[in-house]
Amino acid sequence: MTSDNRIHIQLCKHLGAFALDVDLTLPDRGVSVLFGPSGCGKTTLLRCIAGLTRADGVLTMNGEVWQDDRKFLPVHQRPLAYVFQETSLFPHLSVQQNLTYGYRRVPANERHVSLDQATEWLGLQTLLARMPDRLSGGERQRVAVARALLTSPRLLLMDEPLSALDEASKRDILPYLDQLHARLAIPVLYVTHSRDELARVADHVVLMDQGRILATGGLADTLTRLDLPGSQDEDTGVVVEATIAERDREWHLARADFSGGQLWVKDTGQALGSSIRLRILARDVSVALSVHDDHSILNTLPATVGERVPTGHPAMTLVKLMVGQTPVLSRLTALSASNLALEPGKRVWLQIKSVALLD
Amino acid sequence: MNAEWQAVWLTFKLASTTTLILLIIGTPIAWWLARSRHWLTKPVAALVALPLVLPPTVLGFYLLLLLGPQGPVGRLTESLGLGTLPFTFEGLVLASVLYSLPFTVQPLQNAFENVSGRMLEVAATLRATPWDRFFTVAIPLARSGFLTAAVLSFAHTIGEFGVVLMIGGNIPGETRVLSVAIYDQVETLQYDNAHWLAAGMLVFAFSVLMCLYLINGRMTRGEQHDL
Repeated sequence: MTSDNRIHIQLCKHLGAFALDVDLTLPDRGVSVLFGPSGCGKTTLLRCIAGLTRADGVLTMNGEVWQDDRKFLPVHQRPLAYVFQETSLFPHLSVQQNLTYGYRRVPANERHVSLDQATEWLGLQTLLARMPDRLSGGERQRVAVARALLTSPRLLLMDEPLSALDEASKRDILPYLDQLHARLAIPVLYVTHSRDELARVADHVVLMDQGRILATGGLADTLTRLDLPGSQDEDTGVVVEATIAERDREWHLARADFSGGQLWVKDTGQALGSSIRLRILARDVSVALSVHDDHSILNTLPATVGERVPTGHPAMTLVKLMVGQTPVLSRLTALSASNLALEPGKRVWLQIKSVALLD
Repeated sequence: MNAEWQAVWLTFKLASTTTLILLIIGTPIAWWLARSRHWLTKPVAALVALPLVLPPTVLGFYLLLLLGPQGPVGRLTESLGLGTLPFTFEGLVLASVLYSLPFTVQPLQNAFENVSGRMLEVAATLRATPWDRFFTVAIPLARSGFLTAAVLSFAHTIGEFGVVLMIGGNIPGETRVLSVAIYDQVETLQYDNAHWLAAGMLVFAFSVLMCLYLINGRMTRGEQHDL
């Protein structure tokens, strides 16, 4: 076949007044997050890719045609796995039987994940004999993920897998998902409307609204594009990839280095050299023309002013600032921006009040 | 008493055969009624439910005409060398199947409607073919419906009278089932024998329904935990 190992999606679907019209190419590895408001068609797109909903168009995976004008591969013949939003375990089967349901239906020579591996990865060793009604919400979703992985899929589809869980269950399952990220060499398509999840899991972002793709790109690029809807939300911000480079034992802080600078963050015990993601909200970033040391803010970074856009309210403005190659957003009053004469190219100092460690 | 035991055995044979046939043909009909959005589902559902409202004699009368030597089906069976079906055990089975059809199809249809489409979709994403999904997901999840359907069809067949009288008559060992035997004994004023059979049926019917409610209650409670 061809050497094209990407996913091409060109689908059209009308559902009453709603129309899905998508033309998209996704990378063959990493987590692509379909992000957008409720009702924008994320789940419909995921269902069409799985073949659960029939749409018109063409779908190819690694050069292999799943769907075109003449052909429509039924769901059970597509080498994919699907993790649904709410609990989807078979109530009449034990955890172990749920896990092996898909596993047994995959030819032995196509199995890349063993029952022991999946059980260990998602911490299910003690749950195998239980029935689904004896599991917590987080445990059920872990079983559902393990069950999906045991079909050795070539594409993993996850439809808001955390949205039905409470905060505690989310914290319980997220570390498992983070590890999978590193362990699996398959593309993952992850649907969410949560900025937290987007910032935490995404390598690649697909922004959707009203059945259309607004933008696609890397996480940092997409989050700092000021022309996209949602960029002016209260909790808009950037995600920075960094490495733990130093530890200050006395004050329980860790230094995170990123392309263009460094930030001190709360030490949460990560090993030196480990990669982390930091989230900096635009409202936590203020701008100064010179360095002061008479304030409580720990992280002060030199930056260059970039583009500037108005927000939904005339009093506020959003400015993009470059710290080396890393873009950071700042949300400040239009009055301050005018007083400081923030024109593109101007050298300024950023004061970052708060940095959130994502993993 | 020998004739009475013969009637009991014949009734049991008739009800078992009928129930088995009904489960085999009722399952695909119920599945189709539960899952399809075709316009034909409504008329078919009405047709299946007809025996619930028709007097059994009406059903028996038309079956008699249809299967008799002058009827189209009767002519066919005769030309095939099978003779005619009225006043035979086979004819009685056929009539019972039609008469008890709603008691199989309706509980099964309800049970299949309650099997969430999501579970079948999940099975599909786990590589299960449509048949595989039906046997490993739909049927196990509809198990209480199968129990209800089997018990109701069996019990209802035992209790039928009008259709039997029209199409089966009263031939010992061939068509003389319990309900007819009781009628016979009352007609000839053998009240002791009639009591013996009638009380037996009463106890049987009560026990069966009691068991059904107990088991179904337990199953439903089990399913509520799953939610």
